[in-house]
Amino acid sequence: MGLLDKKFENGNIVITSIDSLLNWARLSSMWPVQFGLACCAIEMMATGASHYDLDRFGIFFRATPRQADVMIISGTVTLKMAPRIKLLYDQMSEPRYVISMGSCANCGGPYWEHGYHVLKGVDRVIPVDVYIPGCPPRPEALLEGIMKLQEKIRSESLAKKSA
Amino acid sequence: MTHQEISEKIKLQFPQAIIETKFEGVVDPYVKIIPEQIFEVMLFLHVDENLKFDFLMCLSGIDTGKGNLGVVYNLFSMTHRHKINIKVEVPKEKPEVPSITNVFPAANWHEREAFDLIGIIFTGHPDPRRILMPYDWEGHPLRKDYKTPEFYQGMKIPY
Repeated sequence: MGLLDKKFENGNIVITSIDSLLNWARLSSMWPVQFGLACCAIEMMATGASHYDLDRFGIFFRATPRQADVMIISGTVTLKMAPRIKLLYDQMSEPRYVISMGSCANCGGPYWEHGYHVLKGVDRVIPVDVYIPGCPPRPEALLEGIMKLQEKIRSESLAKKSA
Repeated sequence: MTHQEISEKIKLQFPQAIIETKFEGVVDPYVKIIPEQIFEVMLFLHVDENLKFDFLMCLSGIDTGKGNLGVVYNLFSMTHRHKINIKVEVPKEKPEVPSITNVFPAANWHEREAFDLIGIIFTGHPDPRRILMPYDWEGHPLRKDYKTPEFYQGMKIPY
């Protein structure tokens, strides 16, 4: 995580105020990496276009992972693509989040049995925060996934979790 | 031109080339050629004025499941509006077929695909790399006896 994240032993009044400010800033401007993998990417593009309009959540696609906070895995992750995804994820600065969109990215989808070329779930190479089911998920489902991620970010804290 | 007439023209030019023909009772009538002469036959089909096959519609690699690998060429002539399917078969131990990229440039990527997924080696191909699978992949996935590996670069493959 970032420079300050999880460095503090106990929560106190200063940290809780900083927490809510940081979380608000992070969840209000989640910039995803601009890349698509399969048919889910078409739904993602539709979500970004004027009818569903991701911009109203402060979401802009960035053409480089170095400027991005979120990675939307929109489609089938082939074994050829998996090392590239890992590379892109490693290039993102912290804090970083991953949304796994659609059945293929979640668990291999229709390729689960005979897909010799498909990674059975992107969570085998990078950690995933939100899974969105669907084949492909409708734009509403992607929006719901994004709002779930916002909820998750809202509950984060700089303080270490007591075990 | 009918399939029989096309077959006769090939036979006239290459008396030893044709192994088998089938025109009745199949969806796609075909002429089976010995693999050694496929380049010459394709060139003849392409340049002959009465045949003029100027369009390679598809090129597919197949595993017959009986110890042989094959290639199917679907040809069409825009000029004369006729078509024919050419087949070759090679043994799995030595699956070498001459490349026809110099006759039909469209065959380039099709042959790379047939090499990638079935493992047919096209001799004389200008760029004989894999086209779909990663370059360091082992085996040819669409063969009948293919076994999916457990791991690729440390990633587990089976579900």
